This record gives sequence, structure tokens and C-alpha cells, in this order.
Amino acid sequence: MQDFIQHLINGISLGSIYALIALGYTMVYGILQMINFAHADVYMIGAFTAYYTAKWMGLENSPGLSTLFILLFSAMFVCSLLGLAIERFAYRPLRNSPKLNVLITAIGVSLFLEFTGQVVFGADPKVFPEVMKDFVISSFGGIDLKSSDVTVLGVSLVAMVLLNFIVQKTKMGRAMRAVSTNAPVASMLGVNTNRIISFTFIVGSSLAAIGSILVGMKYPKIDPLMGMMIGMKAFVAAVLGGIGNIQGAVLGALIMGLSEEMVVAYISSTYRDALAFGILIVILIIKPTGLFGKYAVEKV
Amino acid sequence: MKKMIIALLAVLPLMTACTKKSNEILVGEFGSLTGNDATFGLSTNKGLRMAFEEINAAGGINSKKIKLITIDDQGKSEEAASAVTRLITQDKVVAIIGEVASGRSKAAAPIAQKYQIPMITPASTNPSVTQVGDYIFRTCFIDPFQGLVIAKFATQNFKSKKAALLRDVKSEYSVGLADVFAAEYKKMGGDLVSDLSYQGGDIDFKAQLTQIRSKNPDVIFIPGYYTEVGLIAQQARQLGIKVPLLGGDGWDSARLSEIGKEAVNGSYYSNHYTTESTDPLVVEFVKKFKEKYNETPDVMAALGYDAAKILAAAMTRTKELTPKNIRDELAKTTDYPGVTGKITINKDRNAVKSAVIVQVQGAERKFITTVTP
Amino acid sequence: MINTFKAPVLTMIVLLIIGIALDLGLNAYIQLMVLYAIINAILAMSLNLVSGYTGQFSLGHAGFMAIGAYVSAYFSTRFPFFAGLGIIFTTVGGGLLAAFAGWLVGLPSLRLKGDYLAIVTLGFGEIIRVALLNMNALGGARGISGIPSFPSFLISYSYACAWAVICFFVIWRLVKSSHGRGFLSVREDEIAAQAMGINTTQMKVHAFVISSFFAGIAGAIFSHITNYISPSTFTFLLSVNVVIMVVLGGMGSMTGSITAAIFITAMPELLRSLQDITGIDLRMVIYSLLLIFVMILRPKGLFGESEITDVWRKYVRKSA
Repeated sequence: MQDFIQHLINGISLGSIYALIALGYTMVYGILQMINFAHADVYMIGAFTAYYTAKWMGLENSPGLSTLFILLFSAMFVCSLLGLAIERFAYRPLRNSPKLNVLITAIGVSLFLEFTGQVVFGADPKVFPEVMKDFVISSFGGIDLKSSDVTVLGVSLVAMVLLNFIVQKTKMGRAMRAVSTNAPVASMLGVNTNRIISFTFIVGSSLAAIGSILVGMKYPKIDPLMGMMIGMKAFVAAVLGGIGNIQGAVLGALIMGLSEEMVVAYISSTYRDALAFGILIVILIIKPTGLFGKYAVEKV
Repeated sequence: MKKMIIALLAVLPLMTACTKKSNEILVGEFGSLTGNDATFGLSTNKGLRMAFEEINAAGGINSKKIKLITIDDQGKSEEAASAVTRLITQDKVVAIIGEVASGRSKAAAPIAQKYQIPMITPASTNPSVTQVGDYIFRTCFIDPFQGLVIAKFATQNFKSKKAALLRDVKSEYSVGLADVFAAEYKKMGGDLVSDLSYQGGDIDFKAQLTQIRSKNPDVIFIPGYYTEVGLIAQQARQLGIKVPLLGGDGWDSARLSEIGKEAVNGSYYSNHYTTESTDPLVVEFVKKFKEKYNETPDVMAALGYDAAKILAAAMTRTKELTPKNIRDELAKTTDYPGVTGKITINKDRNAVKSAVIVQVQGAERKFITTVTP
Repeated sequence: MINTFKAPVLTMIVLLIIGIALDLGLNAYIQLMVLYAIINAILAMSLNLVSGYTGQFSLGHAGFMAIGAYVSAYFSTRFPFFAGLGIIFTTVGGGLLAAFAGWLVGLPSLRLKGDYLAIVTLGFGEIIRVALLNMNALGGARGISGIPSFPSFLISYSYACAWAVICFFVIWRLVKSSHGRGFLSVREDEIAAQAMGINTTQMKVHAFVISSFFAGIAGAIFSHITNYISPSTFTFLLSVNVVIMVVLGGMGSMTGSITAAIFITAMPELLRSLQDITGIDLRMVIYSLLLIFVMILRPKGLFGESEITDVWRKYVRKSA
């Protein structure tokens, strides 16, 4: 029983990380109806930005709140810029192209980031600097609740609530919903679609940056291909929850994290990646719109 | 008709072969200069280069200089096979040195055997590598010996009764060493309470470690490579697992302590040599390496150095430098005084050498004991 | 009857003559590249059928290739008969099993469109890879090594060429037939096609089945040329590699696929001199940039939907 609770904690911790990245996927899909394959690589760039910032500022061995904020800020800044650039130069020209072309381009951008990363950073893994000391928050029955696990879950939930608030209650959010429902009409009604889309990318990329710092704190190994698997799983989480749906992304991610942990613990670690795709296929066959998604009629 | 002529013309440029200088001896090297276990390839390369530079400075082999051609296999088996094919068929090397990881050596060995070019692996410990054919040699010990050493150490020094095993299923080396340890440990009366796996490249091991924790072992054996071991050690300590960790020569890299930090301190692993040795050969080697590269040589560098020197020694003994002659002389290597010990190549083309157990203490590796075969 | 075989046989003879020239003139490494190019051509042509002609984006081609490779490798390493003439059986067997997998992938295509189908194919490819990783009978993570080779370059070349010719003519004739126009209609406007009474799901499934059959064939040939396969050979990156070939060559052009396959196979070698100078492997960086630029600037690819005969007609022949 004690182990099961530990597995629960591990699974939710894992899921919270997926949630931060899944939010980015779900928002971009909601607005642009495209799968931003490069999102996970923006996340990777966030991790490396933090790594190099820490190196250049000599912060590698000084964990603390100020280090955290400096790294967070630098990662979010760089990731937002990167997200904007990708949207502007790779996706905007294809706004009116068939969806498949955009998907291929997204894959191209993703590969470009990964392999350029390998060339620039070197393909061997680097050690993420220690950002905050991990301490035990509470202990019960031999199980420790670590600060890092609580932080990740907390940040994901806060992000979800904040995003929901923005989308439902603010003017910007209303504009976002308008663009995602019908972009041409929205622009006719005075919404600057380009600006809304850029805003979406900034928010998504910033979330990815935050995710990368949190992941770096938990799993200090970073390498240019770190985004690939995590990206896939986060995307499946978004689909599971209903792509375009914010709460769905978080719920889907938590389910993904928990099931992955359980499979590795009770069956075998070699199935951990296949599980993600298995879930994807099952959900797409049974309920393609996901847990919270709505059925959309394809208009001719 | 026209199509055919055009096709033939297009093919012509490819037919030109490069001419080679005949006063150079070409030796090929393939290794993982990039990728997850990059330090293996990089260290081996440094050791090889230093050895060949020393040999060339002393006049070369019969006044011919050795030229080392290196290809990076990026840590992938397909690239390893492709690299060796290229070295043999295009660069026309007379001998090949590589690789560290047994899986990649195994991918390349059949090619060397097919073309009858002698191949020396300096650090692959899985027995099946040299079984590929009589042109494949190794200058290090093999896992049946290494696994026995570690099992002995666990039962004798720790009086271990219950052990857990965490292996890397993606690595031929890890699986082989794990199997040997499991068999030997059980023979010595130990109880293997947990045998779990992970995949090289994974970053989260909490699930497996939680399972292991519940079985309460007194040691955990992790026959994997340094990157994952570092992470595993950290997560084990985070979960409150305090028992000692044991490992094999795949742990040996400066990165182990960088990634694992305090979590790996106090853990033990078996290795081919120790920098603390008072043997004058070792002292001299460590000194020269530090001067040249500004870092302490890890075991891969030492093994690479020895492999290069053994190859050169075999070459010197041949009357004519053909791959076959080199191969025959390699097989006759006896009591070669290497940095990693006295090396004799036995009839299975493996080296008979002793192993050491070291303990991790920060960036240092404290020598604990030597075990002779 | 004679007419059906005239073109393929003639093509085969031409290729054989080129093969003899290559056998005499090139070193073993470049010969290996030639074989890889032919395998890539088969992969590209088969993916072209499903992605180019039928408009269904498939990101799991490596999985089908893996099935063909493993089936033939398994039999070749265990039963000497299959390493000899029997290789034809294992190649076809591998192809058929891969075709079955393709059928499984095609089934959900009823309910999935565009992006989603692409992701599902990606998922299938990964699941196949992980399944192979777990099957210890097939070597697990260590793969199958020591797969017997063909006795000589000429034989492996001829075998590969034979399959390439079969693949080409099957797909070419299929697409030019009335059944084939069904594929194109699915690509152009699926809803209109359905309205016209075309069973689009069946079209998609057919495309997947034929495409994966040839991918399996390519895999079988591949395993006997590299002598070593493992699950880590057949990753998503390999699928992307084939996609790059099809996109570059032009989605819907057979000539395009073949040309791009040769180009993509030769590129690493051409880039190697650059690599020796700079010391870094820029291959994938250049590939990915190419992909992006092609999609933005010339989404039709090199040949678009036309074949070399159309280009010939347009630019070489002056008469209308």
C-alpha cells in the first residue's frame, strides 16, 4: 500500500510535467487547428537556455530563489521569441495551405531545432544546474512528499486556472475564442488575428519554458533530443483530454503520467513509450474528440 | 541507347579511386564521439592518439608512420557497421580499433571478419564479440569474469544476502553482465529479490526504484552506463534508499559524479585499472596524459592506449605488414606490460587480466581491492 | 500478355547492364550506397502511393519496413534454405505480414482524418518498434546479427532492382487505371468522392496495404545487406527520412520519389567532405531546412505531380 501511494505521487508528478507542455499543444491546436510538432523542441531550448545562463552567470552551484527567477525569466524570454519566430516564418506563410503541408513543416522545424541543437550544444547530455534545494514537505508512513513534486503539480494547476481565466473572462480570451471558432469572420469583426495567434504562441512557449526548468530540477540530464518523447506523450495527453480544451489537457496529462508509472512499476519499463501510443490509438478510435471534447461536424 | 550512355557517363566519376601514400600505415578507429555515452569514444580516442604519437615520435614501425583515421558512430550500431565498412573498403586500413560498447562492436565485427582485417576492441566485455571470428580480438577482460568479481565482492565484503538488479535492456553489455552476476550471486548463496529493467536514455526510474525499495535489498547492482547510473543513484537516494550501489566498468567516467553528485558517493564498481596504482607504468601514463590533455585519464583512455600499443607491438613483429600477419602476431601477444595490467591474449582472443574494485568519492576513485582471475 | 511485360523486362535489362558496369568499377563502399539507394527508392515509391496519390499522410513507414526485415532475417538466420533461394519466400512473407499491418493501420482511417491519421500512423510505427524491443525471441534490444548476405554485389543488386521494378510498375499501372483514379479522388476531395459513390475507406485501406507490402519488401532486402538489424534502426527518424524523400521529389510523382531517394542516399557522402572540414554532421540540419523550404516555397516538390516523361514532353519536344 505504501508503495502504491509512492507510485501515485510519482505518477502525478510525471503527469504535471506533461500537463505544462500539453497546455501549449492544446492552445495552438485550438487556435490554428495545427499540431505544433516543434513545441517540445522549444521546451528543449528552454532547458538549454537555462543551462547556459547559469553557466555564464556563474550560478551553477548556487541554488536559491533568485537563481530560479533569473533562469525562469531567461528561459521564458528566449522561448517566447523562438515561438514567435517559428510562427512568423514557418507557419504563417502556410496559413492557407492544406493541413498536411503545415504538419510536414512543423516536423521540419522540430527536426531543425533538434539537430541544430546537437551541432551547437553537442549531442552528449549536459547536467542541469541545481536551481532549488529539494526539501521534504511532509512525511507520512515512510513516504516523503518532496517539494519538487508539489511545486510541479502546483505550477501546472495554477497555469491551468490562469489560462482558463484568461480565455473565459478577458477580452483577449474572447478574441482567442473568436479566432478559434471562425478566423475570417473574427478578423472581419475587428480582431487582429495575427496578434492573437502570436499571443497564443507566446503563452504556450512560456509554459514550455517553465516546464523545462521544473523538469531540469527533477531530472538534471538534458540533451538536444530530450523533447521528442516528452513532446509525444504531452501531445497524446492533450488529445486524450480533448484537444483544444484546457482542463482536458491537464486531466489527460495526469492520466498519462499515472498510467505510465503504473505500467513501469507493475508490468515492465520497456512498455512505457508504447503505452502512450496505445492510449492514443484507443482514444482516437473510441472517442476521437477526447474526454472533454465536443463533436465537431465537418462542413463541406 | 542514349539513356544507357548517359547512365554510364554519370557513373564514371564514381569509379575513380583515391591513391594512398605508401609510407603510411593506416589504422582505423570507430567510436562514439557524440551521443549518450560520448565520453567513452572521446576518451578512447585520446588514449589512442597519445599512443600513436609516442610511437611515431620514436620512429614509427620500421620507419613508417601510423596514421589514425577516426569515424564517429554517434553511439549507433548501424553507424558503427557503416563506419567499419567505409574504413575497410574506402580508406583501406590494415587494422581497426573499436568499440567500447559491446553492442556496437558486435555490429561491426562481422564486417571486419568478412574482409579479414584484424579488429581490436579495447573495452567491450561481452564474450560474444570475439566469438564472431578469428580476426576479432580484445584487450580487456570479459563479463563472465567481471560478473564473478562483483558477485564475490558483494557477498564477501558486504555479506550481502539479498540483492536487487537493475539492468539496461537496450545494452548488450548490461544484459550480459546482469545475467552473469545473477547466476554467480545465486551460486554464492545470495537471494536475488528483484530483477528489473530500464532503457538507455530513460530519465525517470522512480517506478522501478519504488518496487526495489519495497523488497529491501542490501545492495543494488546496476550494470549500466554512467549517464543513467548517475540519475538512478540520485532518484534512489531521493526515495530514501540508503544501501550501497554496485556497478561495472560502464560506470567509469568523470560525468558519473557530475550527474549523480553526492548520490553516487560511497558506491562501488569494478574497473580495469586504477589511477592510484604505484606501478611506474601507470604513474608515467597518468602524468603524460595530464600534460597533454589537462585531465585525468579514465579507464577508456588507458584501455585505448594499451590497445594501440599492443597493435603496434604486433605490427613490429611482422615481417611484412599484411592484415593476416598482423592478426597472427596479435594472437601471440604474451605478458605485454600494459597500463591496465599484464596482458596476454589467450586462444579465445580475449585478454587475461585482473580487475579492481574502486569506490566513488567525489571526483576521485578510491582503490579498494584487486581480483586476479 | 507480352505487352504487360515488355516495359518491365526492358527496364530490368537496362538496369542489369548498369549493374555490371558498377560491379566492375566501384569499390564496396559505394556499391553499398547504390544498394541503399535502390532500397530507399522502393520505400519512397511505396510511401508515395499512400501519401502522394491518396493524400494520406503516413509517418509510420519504418514500422512496416521493420516487419519485413525481421521476418526475413529471422528465417534466414535459422534455416539455411531461406538464406539461399528461399529468400524469395521470406521477402514475400515479410511483405505480406507488413501488408497485414498496413491493413490494421488503414482500418481506423474511416474515422480519422488528416492530422489524426498521421499521428496514429506514427503511433503504430512506434508500437511496432517497442513490440520488437520486447520480443526476446527476436533478439530484443540486441536485434538479430549475422544475417547472411547475398553472395555477390551483382546478385544483391539484381534482386533489389527486380523488386524495385515490380514496385514501380505495380504502382504506376495501378494509379493509371480506373481503380487508381479512386486514390486520386480521395486525395483531391474526400467528401466529393464519397458523394460520387467511391468507397473512400476501402481506397485508403488498399493504399495502405499495397504501400506497406512494398515497405516490407524493402525491409527484407535491407536486412540482408546490412547483416544486422535492431529495433533502434527503425525509428520515427527513419520514417521521416522517407517522408522527406517523397516530399522533396514531389508527392504524386514516381520519378520524383526515385530521384529524391538517390539524392538523399548520396547526400551524406557528398556532405562528408564538408563534415571532414568542419567536423560536424550537418546532414539532418540540411534535411530539415530543405523540408521547411520546400513546403513553404515549392510544396509540390521537385517534380510535383508530373513524371519525367511529362517534363520531357514539355521542354524537350518542340512539337505539341
